[in-house]
Amino acid sequence: MDELIQVDHLSVVFRNGGRMVKAVDDVSFEVQHGETFGIVGESGSGKSTILKAIVGLVKPENPSLLIDSKPLGNERTKSDRKMMQFVFQDPYGSLHPRQTIDDILREPLLIHGSQNIDDQVREALLSVGLELIHRFRYPHQLSGGQRQRVAIARALMLKPRILLLDEPTSALDVSIQAEILNLLVRLRENYGFTGILVSHDLGVVAHLCSQIAIMQHGRLVEIVTSEALRSGVVTTEYTRELLVASRGYSR
Amino acid sequence: MKTVSGNTHLISVRSWLSSDSPSSRRQALCIAFVRSILAIFSNSAALTGLFVVLTLIIVALFAPLFSGHGSPIAVNLAARLAAPSSTHWFGTDELGRDIYIRTVYGARVTLTIIMLVSLVVAPIGLAVGTAAGYLGSWVDMVLMRVTDIFLAFPRLVLALAFAAALGPGIENAVIAISLTAWPPYARIARAETAAIARSDFIAAIELQGASNFRILFRHIVPLCLSSVIIRLTLDMAGIILTAAGLGFLGLGAQPPTAEWGSMVSSGRDVILDQWWVSTIPGAAIFIVSLGFNLLGDGLRDVFDPKS
Amino acid sequence: MTTDTLLEVENLDVNFTGHHGVTRAVRGVSFALGRERLGIVGESGSGKSTTGRAILGLIPDPGIVSARRMSFQGQNLVGLSDGEWQKMRGSRMSMVMQDPKFSLNPIMKVGEQILEAYRLHFRTSQMDARRRAIAMLEAVRIRDPEQVYQRYPHQLSGGMGQRVMIAMMLVAEPDLLIADEPTSALDVTVQNQVLRILDDLVTDRGMGLIFISHNLPIVSSFCDRVLVMYGGKVVEECLAGDLAEAKHPYTQALLRAIPSLVHPKEKLSVVSRDPEWMN
Repeated sequence: MDELIQVDHLSVVFRNGGRMVKAVDDVSFEVQHGETFGIVGESGSGKSTILKAIVGLVKPENPSLLIDSKPLGNERTKSDRKMMQFVFQDPYGSLHPRQTIDDILREPLLIHGSQNIDDQVREALLSVGLELIHRFRYPHQLSGGQRQRVAIARALMLKPRILLLDEPTSALDVSIQAEILNLLVRLRENYGFTGILVSHDLGVVAHLCSQIAIMQHGRLVEIVTSEALRSGVVTTEYTRELLVASRGYSR
Repeated sequence: MKTVSGNTHLISVRSWLSSDSPSSRRQALCIAFVRSILAIFSNSAALTGLFVVLTLIIVALFAPLFSGHGSPIAVNLAARLAAPSSTHWFGTDELGRDIYIRTVYGARVTLTIIMLVSLVVAPIGLAVGTAAGYLGSWVDMVLMRVTDIFLAFPRLVLALAFAAALGPGIENAVIAISLTAWPPYARIARAETAAIARSDFIAAIELQGASNFRILFRHIVPLCLSSVIIRLTLDMAGIILTAAGLGFLGLGAQPPTAEWGSMVSSGRDVILDQWWVSTIPGAAIFIVSLGFNLLGDGLRDVFDPKS
Repeated sequence: MTTDTLLEVENLDVNFTGHHGVTRAVRGVSFALGRERLGIVGESGSGKSTTGRAILGLIPDPGIVSARRMSFQGQNLVGLSDGEWQKMRGSRMSMVMQDPKFSLNPIMKVGEQILEAYRLHFRTSQMDARRRAIAMLEAVRIRDPEQVYQRYPHQLSGGMGQRVMIAMMLVAEPDLLIADEPTSALDVTVQNQVLRILDDLVTDRGMGLIFISHNLPIVSSFCDRVLVMYGGKVVEECLAGDLAEAKHPYTQALLRAIPSLVHPKEKLSVVSRDPEWMN
């Protein structure tokens, strides 16, 4: 049994006034140790909601998450938090606007009572390709790509076993996206985390992930390997549509 | 030699303060602080207001110096109701006390009241508002209903009621004013918190395992501070007027303490002939209130330009 | 496809003066556009959107637009008055932007907005204008035009909202359309639908199109010619089909930085920003 994460018939329902929206509808998959699992879909597919359910930001309809074969409840303890971290999509909203990068990076260490905070902060900054001159700057003094590096550094401060990434490069320019994707590959080699990456971009997901789940309207359409995706060997109509669409426009 | 090292010292302070890559938390805070001060200086309303407020503080602190070591309570019935002259710059009141000296000492009472009220009202408002805005559900409902109850009463009337119930005196006046002044701060803090609570950076901190208290105190309160400070400065005029109102009605500071409100009151009967007895302390109230309003407006332009 | 020149731009500069000095958002941009599709590609800060807005006179204060020459069908575009711009915009040149949420009036029915756009430039009866608005909704392949006419913008999906925008911007039959990231906010399956509509409309009407985007693959597959912008300047100009043989190092690096599904790379190429490119 090499699965670290098991998602077992996960459903998430949002109630808005009198209306009920099934954001995630009976989704199941497994993520192996050390694997980076991809989830791809368009807007409203539920891909980000799955990630938020796993990390505990939204509540599933029934218990459906297992880590290391142990059920993970809605109430998360401090050690649950330490094990799993999240990188948000928007680099402009995920860092506290009135705190320096140093404050932001040391916060998780302070909460968990770590030692050698200064050393760890310096090391974290350098490991994501930033420099020490950035340490006492405020987020508004950094570019989008730099902020996202800080967000990744922050997520890795507690050395989590699982890293969840919600469209980490969607808000970035292509050249910056390339830098961040290269960084994630390098960090994965150094830290060996298990990851789930959500994106709407097939190219991005295929670059980082070996297995990819295709989502549409809250349902899991199919799970393909990145090789299958590249060679166009897919079994469902929707995935084929996505593949064709991603190749660009044909006149 | 001396000048050269003096100059280089100055140059290095300047570059330390304008660096865009601070090398310590202290430096980053200093830079941010200096930047705010410079922003305030560039706004003429704020600068004028700041000048008035600083004058109030300095006059209050060094009252004996400014009054030439005269006494604010020395009675001199022979010189009662004397017009402004070179001996008594602002004239004397019905007991022959020098009005200039009493106005100067009155600054102390005013400053004490507004400082104490601020120190009570801001923390309470922040605590209630941020807790309500972040924790939501029944906590929000209970806290906001309590706030609504206090807000429903007209401020001066409620302050009067409390002061009358507690008895006269400055401490009781402070308590009475604070009890009526805190609700709007809770409202402001709650509105700001509700907007912040949904942001990604707060979610990120929750995901690190921070306790609710830590999130509120360390991450949310700092973001509400500027709104609260702006509101406080704009409110200052109201607080001063309420205190003066209490003093006018005989509650608050008791004779023979010089307090601007009671000074205005004591000159009521002679306002037509001996105008200086009421008008001078009245002018002091007006100038200080205006100063705080200007400062508040300026601070708002500097820190919250979108509103 | 005739080749008469619609737009001539020579040495366009757009400068913004702020506390930190002058920002040169567009520097010496020159190109000509006939009844063809020109793509302008760049990342944020490249000046591509500013160029599009300068052509339509939409640069706000404190921006200053200057050019040795900027003319549309022979008419000079530099220093036009507000009245002259009103005559140009909508009926001669038009713009479709990224997010219909921000360009459509939220409290007015979408059909009526198209109707108004038409009546701004043509004096006809209310009924005739309404007929044209419905016809336009059909032209953008909206299946129930009468029904959609009555809807408000918030009731439309992303793709439909964008189609309504296109309808509104083309109802007065302009000769030039500037599309600034028209499909960037849309899902990838919807993007191609909207692009097809744009394709057909531009071809049928013989319009000139400037397609501004950060998405190189889409621009190269949709347009005839491509301009690549960096730091306010045009660094590459070529036929869309020749992009793979691009000469400027920035374009080459940009092409290699895209994670391609079909050509996987171990490590994505990173753009090393040569300061020389800013000269």
